Formats: sequence, C-alpha cells, structure tokens
Amino acid sequence: MAVVETRKLTKIFQRGEVGAVNDVDLVTRDGEFLVFLGPSGSGKSTLLRMIAGLEEPTAGDVLIGGQVVTHLPPRARGIAMVFQSYALYPHLTVEKNIGFPLKAHGVPRPRRAERVAWAAGLLGIGHLLHRRPRELSGGERQRVALARAIVREPTVFLLDEPLSNLDAKLRASAREELILFHRRVKTTTIYVTHDQVEAMAMGDRIVVLDRGLVRQVGTPGEVYDEPADTFVATFLGSPPMNLLEDGDLVVGFRPESLVPAGGGRTVPMKFRVSTVEYLGSERILHGFVVGGRFEGRRVVSRLTAATSGSFAPDGVHEFAVPVASLKFFDRGTGARTAPREVDWR
Amino acid sequence: MSEGAARARRRHLLPPGTGLGIAMLAPAVLYILALVGLPLALAFAYSLSDVKVGSEHAHFVGLDNFRSVLQSPTFRRAIGNSFIFTISTQVIVLVCGNALALALRDRFRGRGIVRFFILLPWVAPISLGAIGWKWILDSIYSVVNWVLARMHLVNLYDPPMYLGEPALAMTSVILVHAWRMIPFSTVILLAGLTSIPRDIPEAAAMDGAGFWRTHFEITLPMMRPIINVAVLFGVVFTFTDMVVVYILTRGGPYDTTQVLPSLAFLTGVLGSDLSEGAAISVFLVPILVVVAALMLRVAHRAEVT
Amino acid sequence: MTTPSGPRRSIGTRLGRWVIVAGFSVLLAFPFYWMAIASFKRGSDLYNLQNNPFIFNQPPTLEHLRLLFEETLFLRWCWNTALAGSAVVIITLVLALPAAWALARLTGAWGQQLGIGIFLTYLIPPTLLFIPMSRVVAVLGLQDSLWSVVVTYPTFTVPFSVWLLMGFFKAIPRDLEEAALVDGLTRLGAFVKLVVPISLSGILTVVIFSFTLVTQEFVYALTFISTAESQTVGVGVPIFLVRGDVYYWGSLMAACLITSLPIAVLYDVFLDRFIAGFTVGSVK
Repeated sequence: MAVVETRKLTKIFQRGEVGAVNDVDLVTRDGEFLVFLGPSGSGKSTLLRMIAGLEEPTAGDVLIGGQVVTHLPPRARGIAMVFQSYALYPHLTVEKNIGFPLKAHGVPRPRRAERVAWAAGLLGIGHLLHRRPRELSGGERQRVALARAIVREPTVFLLDEPLSNLDAKLRASAREELILFHRRVKTTTIYVTHDQVEAMAMGDRIVVLDRGLVRQVGTPGEVYDEPADTFVATFLGSPPMNLLEDGDLVVGFRPESLVPAGGGRTVPMKFRVSTVEYLGSERILHGFVVGGRFEGRRVVSRLTAATSGSFAPDGVHEFAVPVASLKFFDRGTGARTAPREVDWR
Repeated sequence: MSEGAARARRRHLLPPGTGLGIAMLAPAVLYILALVGLPLALAFAYSLSDVKVGSEHAHFVGLDNFRSVLQSPTFRRAIGNSFIFTISTQVIVLVCGNALALALRDRFRGRGIVRFFILLPWVAPISLGAIGWKWILDSIYSVVNWVLARMHLVNLYDPPMYLGEPALAMTSVILVHAWRMIPFSTVILLAGLTSIPRDIPEAAAMDGAGFWRTHFEITLPMMRPIINVAVLFGVVFTFTDMVVVYILTRGGPYDTTQVLPSLAFLTGVLGSDLSEGAAISVFLVPILVVVAALMLRVAHRAEVT
Repeated sequence: MTTPSGPRRSIGTRLGRWVIVAGFSVLLAFPFYWMAIASFKRGSDLYNLQNNPFIFNQPPTLEHLRLLFEETLFLRWCWNTALAGSAVVIITLVLALPAAWALARLTGAWGQQLGIGIFLTYLIPPTLLFIPMSRVVAVLGLQDSLWSVVVTYPTFTVPFSVWLLMGFFKAIPRDLEEAALVDGLTRLGAFVKLVVPISLSGILTVVIFSFTLVTQEFVYALTFISTAESQTVGVGVPIFLVRGDVYYWGSLMAACLITSLPIAVLYDVFLDRFIAGFTVGSVK
C-alpha cells in the first residue's frame, strides 16, 4: 500500500515543442482508485508510463511510498501494470504467465505454485491454468492480466486503458469486475482512460488532463458538478454542457438542467426544438433559444422518461434552468468564476 | 446495379479451374515440370545407370553406383564434411545474426549505411566473395598472417596455411560460409524481432525480467517460427553449395574439405562419370525432403495460430 | 500520438550495441575494402611482405584496371551477364506474372497449396540437377552457349518470383478488379490494364531480385559453358583470370569489386520492398 507522488513531472518529446506532460504535481491517496482522464494526446498515458518507469522524464520526480524512484527501472519500483492489449505472453500457458513475475524475482518453484494458485483463485480462473492466451475470451484475458499483476502483491497498480479493446457489451461487465477486484485488494490503483463514463463510474478521484496539463483533480461529483474550467465542463457529461457566451463571461448549464418550466428560482428560456433523439430511457432535445439575450443559440436538453409531455420539432416550449445549476466561466481563460448577474432579456 | 450488369458480372467470375486460370498457370507449370521435374527424374535414372559423357547407350545397373560410392573414403569424408560444415555454419550464423539483429533493432544514426555494409557478403556473387577470401587467406600474402605476425603470434615466413592444412582449411570454409550467411540471417531475424508487439517486452520489464531473461524466455520463443525459417533456408543454402569449397580449396588438401555437391561436380563433370556424379548428388535429396517437410509444418502452424 | 522514446538505455547497453555493430560492419565489409586496396596497389607493393598491407606504401596505380579492361575478357563477361540477365528477367516475368495472379485469385485451398509447391521447387538446388541438366542442354544444342543459362536460370527465378508476386497480388483488393469487370473489362483485360500497372513496384522488385539471382549463379554456368568468350562474369572472373597457376590478384580484386558494388547498391535499395513482399505472402 503506497502513495504515488509526482513533483513537477515533465516530458518533452521534441526540442522546442510543447511538452506531452507539463509540470504535473500529484499525490494519490493510499488505497484509492485514481483515474487519469483526458482525450487522446492529453499526456495521460505518458504520465502513467513515467510512473511505471517505461518512459524517462525530461524533468521532475516520481515518488512511490515516499521514495524517489525517478531513475529506477520498473522492476525496482514494486508496481504492476496491466496494458491495453494485456500483453500476455502468447507462448506461455496461463499458469506460466501468472508465474512469470515470480520467476523473474527468483521465487522458488513450490512457493510460486502457491502464489499462482492464490492469484488464480482470487480471479476465478483456476480452471484456465493450462490454456494458452489465444484460447481465451477477452474477459478471461483481462483476468489473467490482473492475476499476473497481483501475484507479486505490488504496492501500486497501473492500468492503461484495459477496457478499450473489448466490445461494448463486454466492457460493462469487465468494468464491474475491476471495481469488485479493487474493493477486494484495496491496492492504490491508477487507471488511464479517455472514456468519461468509465472514469465517473470507477474513480474515487479523477485527474482531468488536457494537453499535458492537469485541469482538475476531484471526486466524480466534484468534477461533474463543480468543474474547474470549460474544458472539464464539456469533457464530462454527454451530451456536453451547454455554454453560452456573453461578453467576457461564459454561462453554462447541463442538458439535464434545461427542463420544462416548473417552480423554484429559475431562469426562463423559451426553447424551439429542432431534433429529438428518443433513447428509450431518456430524450435528447436539440434546439435553439428563442428570445432574450441568447436568441438563436444552440442548446441541448435532456429529459428523463419521467418527464411527460410531447416536444415535437418546430414547437416552441417554455423551458427553464434552475439558477443554482448555472456555472460561470471566464471567457478568456476558461476558468471557473464566481456567479454573476446575467441579463437574460 | 442493373440486371444486365449483374448478369455480366456473374458470367466473368473466376471459379477454380476456369480456362483462363489454367491458361495463365500453364506456361509456368509446364516450364517447371520440363526443366525441373524432368532433370530430377533423370538424376535418379542416371544414378541407377552407367551413363558417362559421350555414352551412346545407358544400361540399368541397379544400386552399383551407390555401392561403389558408399565404399569410397572420399565420399564418406564428403558427406561428413557436408554435415559438419552446415551445422557449424548455422550455429555461428544464428548466434551472430541474433546479436546483430538485437543491435540493429532500435533506430540510430547511420543505421542505413551500416545495413549496406552488413549486406555486402550476401549480395555479392558468391564466387567473387570467395575469391576475395582466397586472397585474404593466401598462403604467402595473407593479411591475417601479417597482422598476427605483428602481434608475434605467427612467423611470417612459416605461416599457417589457412587453405592448405586440413583442419585450418575446414575452419576457413566454415567461416566463409558463415560470413556469407550472417547478413541473410540477420535480415530475417530482424524482421522477426520487429514483429513482436512493443508492449510484450514492456510487460516483461514490469514483471521484473532483466535483459537476458526477457531475451531467452520471451523474445526468442516468440521468434521461433522465423528462426525456423531462417535455419531451414540457411541449411539448404549451405548444404547444397559447392562454390565456396570449389573456389577456396577445390576440395583439397587431398579431398579433406570435399563436400557432396563439390564431389558430385568433380566426379560428374570434370571426371565425366555422369552416373556416379548423379549418385553422389542424389544423397542431397533426403536432407531436402526433411527440410521441405519441416517448412510445410512451420507454414501450417503459422496458419493455425 | 507521439511515439514514446522509452526508458534511458544504460551505458553498458549502448556501448555493447556499438561494439557489435562496429565489429560486424568491419568483419563483414572488410573483404571489400581489401579488394579495393588490392585493385590499386602496385605489384611491387602488393607482393612485398615487409610492407604494411593496409596502406599504400607506393603510389596507387591503374595498371590492374587497365589489364582487366584491355587484356582480359572482363567486359565481354559483363556484357554476357547483362544480356543473359535481361533475357532471363523477361522470361521470368512472362511465366511468373500470369501464374502468380491466377494463384492469388484462385479460390480454394489448392491455390495456396500449388503456390507452396511451386515455391518448394526453389529448394531443389542446381547442384542436384546440373548433371542431367547438362544432358538436356546438350540435347537442345545449347552446350557451350550463353543461351544454355538463359533457358535454365528461370528454374530458380520463376518459383521465387511467383511466390513474391502472389504476395503482392493478394494485397490488391478484389473489389478493384470487380469494379473493372462491371465497367466492361474482361478478366484478362482487368489483369493487363489494372493489376499490372498497380503492381509496378512489386514487379520492379521481382525484376531486381531475379537479376541478382542471375549474377550470383555459378554451377550451371560453369557446367554448361566452356568457352571463355561465352562465359558469365561470376564464373569468368574466378576461373579465367587465372593464367596457369598465376593469379593476377590486382585485376582479380578489381573485377570482384566492380561487379559486386552495383549489385549491392541495387539490393540495398530494394530490400525493404522485398521483405514487405515476403511477409505479405506468408501472412494470410
């Protein structure tokens, strides 16, 4: 069980180019499931690889369990990693795959067999020990990769987008398995993904990255409800937050906040529907603001099945946004600012 | 698609065995049958007859040629040499090719030029490379001896005869074969190395394996099919080659470096005894059959995985 | 995504790599350097045991080259080889192009089997066939003529080329040809007007490699051709540049160098294409 810390960690690939990772300071909490979330090119994988020891930082330090490990090779760091492709050794049986880290550390055979059995039992793959990776399904391969990772009882787990190669149906169940697995072993885990749904579902805290910079670190609730800037606000949540620009201010509200006018302190917004996506459990209405300061701007509304009423295209409806749901950002920097009075007329 | 076009399309599809397909295959197949199949059959026929250059008629003599050939000490020496040379060469080539492929795997400045130099032994015509070595190993003017003499390891006026003493001559032949095959092997092994996905050695590094463990327990086993191909080709090229021996030593001194193909040539062409020469060369067939069978197995396994 | 640069390699690894690369480069290329030096050294320098063989102790000379070009059949042999090579390449293309395409497009397992079968004939060495082949050549009346090799060399260039071309053709999507058929071309027309032009780079690779195979060959040329004038350069140089027991080493080395270098350059330029074609052919 250890805490991973990065201090001013930077990686620049080409001279003069903007760094892939810029000056990142992070501290994990012991035993937490921390997610690095960001679009492709945001540096999340590079950051993970520097923590793993697979990539040499240009500047800065990595600490694991209080010790500086920046220039140590991966095997000296006491960590384990699960790759996107799982990287199972194709010529070895499942048993030998799981046992490989132990063999590499010189663990004698009887003890090795014990540990392999324990890890396989933990993940429910004891019956697969004599198969080869090519004979396994995607979910089974993930479990073998996890068994191989845990067999040495590392202090930190690193997972690099392990669910990306699975098809959608499998992804959900694999995700749940990972969550259960983490609850059982309680090891500090860093998980990289570009999928914000995964991040929200799995993370104790989320580190949102964009172009090598940390935009926000917080619990799913924090990054969703109190985004630190427009990037975080639009990256999390689908469909993304509605953003309306007004001078040097940007006003934002989530689609689920734009609902038919009811009671309470709200901002009224007349809404002309252009298209309706009927998704079964919810409806997504795309349309335009009618009247007022933000006339003609595109907005999106999300209605749950519980909301009754028919909202056909070209109809104009009385919608409203609760004042408490409004978020304000500075237009220049994108950073979150204090709430301000906006003239809606 | 209109009705007419669809019908036209169906008419022109090429199911197996159509006239056009056969017509396009025929020239090549016929040529190979005539100029490979026929001589191959003739080789066996000759080995069972008493044909000589200029014979008018051939008579069937059964296994006489084989019997006489097997009793000849020169032949026994030649077949032994063929195996010794081939196996020794392959061992050297595999080790060196492996090391070179590993060294060339990552990109570095000047890799293109290095590749050119490394390829030279393989691309130059064998006979010319061999002649070059003949000069380097010359009994009087060898540059190797000159260097060794400077290091006071040999006497320049009574030097080792690299092509004149049996043990040294055998070593020279093996080394020249290896010199020629290393580029070939390196290229193939390099292709195998680069086909290993990058995250496998990274996973091994994460698992705690150092360089040697990763190489022997992960990299090499994963490269096995490619290594097999390189070895099989290497074996065929070395076992059936007569050029190196012919140019370096002509099989000497006193037939101590003779190999099957060179002996077949000396007997059949220079000695004009076609049937005995054919009998000698027929001994190449078992090895070729084994190699072909192994190649098919490698190809089949590659399809399965 | 930027390609990761990986962990820093230890000094030991980097040094080791340089030692291996430099060592092998020297070992493998050294004979050619040696050929170059010997080509230009005066005889009195070359055959003097006291002199340092690695440097020019006396000024270099062009005498060996002059001897080679003016008093030997070297240029004739180069011409013969070029001529034979070109003829063999043409024959190879005529035989292998249609065959490879038919095999690539033939559905069913036996297309692949036949392809492998043809490739395996490449394993049948000239040193097994040369004795009966000499009889075949004699029967055809081609003994002691350059045409003997023109007729026999395709036995190894064709199988090899079929395999390579099969690989290239398989990489061309069928949709392309079917679109051509819909547009009104016949199957053969599609081949000639569409497939061949697209595959030019693959065909060029096959041409180069067939040509290098021709220049490398030794056994058949040695067996079938006895007259010096009709010989190829691969056999002429080692066999006929020796007068009696005397090796004219200077001219010999010059000949080796002059012949090897252009082939090496060609080969190096086309090697990547060749590997691509080879691996495409073997991977389904």
